[in-house]
Formats: sequence, C-alpha cells, structure tokens
Amino acid sequence: MKPRLILACLVPEDVTIRAREEFDAIIAPGPDDMTVPEVLAAAAAHNADAIAFTNTLPLNAAAIASLPPSVKVGATISVGYDHVDVAAARTRGLPVTNTPGVLTECTADHGFMMLLNAARRASEYDRIMRKGWRYRIGQGDLLGVRVTGKTLGILGMGRIGRAMAQRGRGFDMKIVYHARTRLPPVLELGATYFPSFEAMLPHCDFLSLHAPANAATDKIVNERTLSLLPDGAVLVNVSRGGLVDEDALFAALTSGKLFGAGLDVFRAEPDYDMRFAELENVYLSPHVGSASRETRNAMGYRALDNIASVLAGKGPIDPLWT
Amino acid sequence: MAKTRLLVTRRLPPAIEARAARDYDAVLTPSDIPMTGVAAKAAGAEAIICCPGDVFDAALIAALPGTVKVIATFSVGYDHVDAAAAQARGIAVCNTPDVLSVATAECAMLLILAAARRAGEGERMVRAGKWEGWAPTQLMGTQVSGRRLGIFGFGRIGRELARMARGFGMEIHYHDIARVPPELELGATFHPAEASFLPICDVLSLNAPGGGSTRHWLNAARIAALPKGAVVANAARGTLVDDTALIAALKTGQIAAAGLDVYDGEPKVNPGYLGLENVVLLPHLGSATTETRDAMGQVALDGIDAVLAGRVPGNLVRV
Repeated sequence: MKPRLILACLVPEDVTIRAREEFDAIIAPGPDDMTVPEVLAAAAAHNADAIAFTNTLPLNAAAIASLPPSVKVGATISVGYDHVDVAAARTRGLPVTNTPGVLTECTADHGFMMLLNAARRASEYDRIMRKGWRYRIGQGDLLGVRVTGKTLGILGMGRIGRAMAQRGRGFDMKIVYHARTRLPPVLELGATYFPSFEAMLPHCDFLSLHAPANAATDKIVNERTLSLLPDGAVLVNVSRGGLVDEDALFAALTSGKLFGAGLDVFRAEPDYDMRFAELENVYLSPHVGSASRETRNAMGYRALDNIASVLAGKGPIDPLWT
Repeated sequence: MAKTRLLVTRRLPPAIEARAARDYDAVLTPSDIPMTGVAAKAAGAEAIICCPGDVFDAALIAALPGTVKVIATFSVGYDHVDAAAAQARGIAVCNTPDVLSVATAECAMLLILAAARRAGEGERMVRAGKWEGWAPTQLMGTQVSGRRLGIFGFGRIGRELARMARGFGMEIHYHDIARVPPELELGATFHPAEASFLPICDVLSLNAPGGGSTRHWLNAARIAALPKGAVVANAARGTLVDDTALIAALKTGQIAAAGLDVYDGEPKVNPGYLGLENVVLLPHLGSATTETRDAMGQVALDGIDAVLAGRVPGNLVRV
C-alpha cells in the first residue's frame, strides 16, 4: 500500500505525476494552494502520513498541534522556512524538511539577471519599446552602468552567494564579501573577506544580498548602510525582503544615491510597496528566483525524496531540526 | 595659435564634448537627429565626428571642403561612410573598434537571462499590482545554468559572451566561417556545419555582422532545426533575423523566448513583437553604458589627434 500524502500546493505537472505514482496522494485542486484548515481536514480524512507544502502554508504552532497523529513528516517545497515553526515541530517530534541545494544555480542566474537588468536599464528600455520607440536616443542618453570589471559585494556567502560570485568572475568582477565567518580558500576563490559589513560597503559598486532573514539581518540595508555605498551603486536582492528598510531604499533610489536596484523580494508579498512601481530605475520581479521548470521540478522531487526517506525509516535528508 | 576646427554632427557624452572643446575649435551640435547640410557646416574644419545615421556617401565626401583631413565615426560600424571615396580624396576615416565588445556582450547575456527567466512578464505583473502571491508553477522560465549556448559569430563580442556564460556553467558551442585558435576558443566546441550546430542550441546568441551574406540568417528552416523551446538573443544586427519566422515560432513555442536589442528596419519594429509576453525588447542600446560611450568618444578623438599630428591611428579604417 502506498503511503498517503497531502500535496497542499500547486506544483509542476511532472511533480504531480511522480507524487501520484509513489503516493496515495490528495493534491490541491487549485486555483489556490490549500489553507491550513483545508490541510488539517484533508490530513484527518485521508489518514495522511505526510504533507508537502510551500511558503503559502503558515505551519505555525497551532497548525502543528492540530495535525492528526498519522502525520509523520512535513516537507516544504522551498529553501526558506520562515513559515514553519521549527521549535513547535521539534516539540511534536515532527520531522520537517526543506529543499536546499537544488535552487542554487537558478537563483544565482536570476540574481545576476537582475543585476544586469538594473545596471543596463533593461526594463526601462523594454517599456520604451512597447510604447513604440519612434524617437532618436542620443549617444549620451539613457546610459547604463557597465558591469564588467567592477566590484561586487556579497552579503552572505552561502551556496547562492558563492554562485553569484562565480557569475561575477565571468564578468571580471572583483568579489568582496561579508559573512559571519570567513570561508576556506577553496570556497573563497580569491574573494576578499570583510569581517565588518559596513567596512565593505564603500567598495561595492554592486551589492547583492544572500543572507537569511532573521533578527540580525532585519533592515541591515538601511539609511546608514546605504549612505556608505559609493554614489551610483546598484543593489540586488534575491534573498528576503526583510533585509531591507524599504523607506530608506526608496529614498536612495529617488535621490540618485543608488543608480538602480533589482528586487525579487519585498517586506510584504505579494502586497509589496507600490511606490517602487513608480520608479524607472528598479527592476521588479515577483519572487521567482527559483522559477525555472528544471529547478521547480527538482524542488518538488527533493521534497518527495525527503518524505519517502522519513517514511522508510531512514530519517530526513534535509532536516530543519535534528 | 588658433585651434583647429572640429565639426561634431551630434550631441555626444559631456566628457567627450568637453575634451573636444578643450583641444579644438569645436562646433558642437546639441541634437540627436542626423545632420543635414554637412558640407556647408564643415567650412574651415579639418576634422569631423559623425554618427550612424549621418550618411557620408561619395557625393557628400566630394562636396566637403578641402580642409577636411579626417572623419571619425562614433561607432564600430562604418557602413554609412564611403571609406573608399574618402581615401581617394585623401581623407582618413576612423571608427571605434574593440571598446564596445564588453558592453555589447553584457547586453547579450542580459537578453539571454531576461528572456529565459521571463523577466518582462514578471515585471509587468508586479508593476501593474497584479501579483497575487508565490506559487511553485508561477512564471516558470528556462534554466540558463548548465545549458548549451550556441554562438553564431565568434568574434570579439561572441568570445566575450562565452567568457561571461562560462561563469553560469554553460557549455559553449560556436558556428563561424573559420575555427579560432585554442587560446581564443578556450574549450568551446566549433561546428563548421549548421547541421550539427543548430540542434544543440538550447540558447542561441547571434553575434555575427550584418550585411547581405547573413541577411535573414535566422529563418523558418533554421528555427525548425533548433531544439524545441530554445531561447534566442540578438544584440548584433536586426537584419540577421527573419522577423515573420521568429514571431511565428514565439507563438507556437518552438522558440520559448527571445531577447532583442536590434531590429530589421529599426527604429521601426515589427509590430508582431509588441504584443508578445515572451520577448524582451531593447532599443539598440548594446553599447549604452557611460563607460563605453566615453571610451568610444576618446578613441574617436584619439584617432583625429593622430591623423592631424601626421601619425597613423590604430583605429584607421583600411579600405
């Protein structure tokens, strides 16, 4: 008999197919992902062994306490897990897993795309085109900032930060970084470590954020830290909106302190601060850093692998608590 | 001693106009429209800086005053200047090679990423306030990392693009008239035949020159030979693409997405592109960074300085 699964969010078709092959699965019918009450009801009715979900499901302490005892594992199809109360899961003895590793390259691709977009004003140009162009652009008009040979500062040198650095090297960028601890040379690959975030900032023609959201990083990009960047710097955020004080960012974008920004994440999502939509010098993206078919399939498969591993008694592959 | 007169046909970046005014009796033109009446405006000038769109054909060159010794075009391309006619009159022609390679390759890489990752669609949704939340299947694009990049035209810009793409773990293939030496190839796979080249192009970037021999190179037959769902980028010349065929393929999904900086007949753009979500469109700004435009101006002025000092500049157009 196949193990019983609640797949609470919409996933790519290939993941649905595999979920049906390997599990007795109840799958979110859409158009929206399942809510907490829907998941709890389905899990009880189906006597579910496992739940797969994403950051649309706030798996807080109350939800975890209400799960039927049949549920032996929860797997979030995401690398971030701000929506999971890990302490409550541990208290209940519920293994919960995420999907690290599989979205590294894709997210760094998206981050570098946003960097190029902001530096080379691509979304502004695209709007000119869609309005018909039809006028001459002078040799000194609408100029962007060259990327090649500049200095790229990275906050948070985990997997995605290092993949971003690797892309920057292809553009002959000098890489500087700040993280809590210095990397070994084999991972640093010549990047310059700054023990102080603030000391790094004056060197950053480009600043890319790759740190997790927590109390230490909340609004780490603020009026003071933005003021330490060189004039005309470019900010890229493909990590979490909580890292940025958006009032300070808006001010820096309108004053010209920043040349531009590429933002995939916001403090409030999807109801982000629409002041940013009025600006020409930002590239805005709806939290799609991992949104390639290949990666979204890999994330779904990884979640199913984690569930299968726990149910087979082998323990979680990517545990959020141990 | 009076300064030598220099006619500048168009508005140029401030740093370049400043250098021109410092070193020459510069006649600056605060306009972005191709100049008319050039021969009269060049009276007394020994040098001219022109731009694409200013047509220096044999008739204009014949009509220029005898004082003119050098014409420098603020561009790498010089299809708009009849260099042979200039040479016959003893007028040197200079261009701005090399300095745009990096910016143009950056633009090509940007087009690849933006098209593959559906950048335009995502941004339009967010700006319109229509973002309703995160979902695993929303706006799924094509992954760029680790894919096969086919470069048509492996000159300076194509090779710069290859260098950038290696940072994304892409596998580099190229098709060109001739193979480049290993120190330039850097492990890229040369395909002498289109038959082996086209089917491996998960991503195809056009980096070949324009002109008759490459006109409408990307046509329906070649598009059909690409893998289904390929991504196409063109930061080279609009004439390389048969727009009708590309638009059709963007609608069927044979081409998943395209990024275009150049257009056949620009600044007119085939209206078939404008309604498509799966294209990223830029208005021929591949070299449009402050650094690059300044570098182009410096190279153009260096060439003029050299000719007027009786030296042969490195950027002399040889007929």
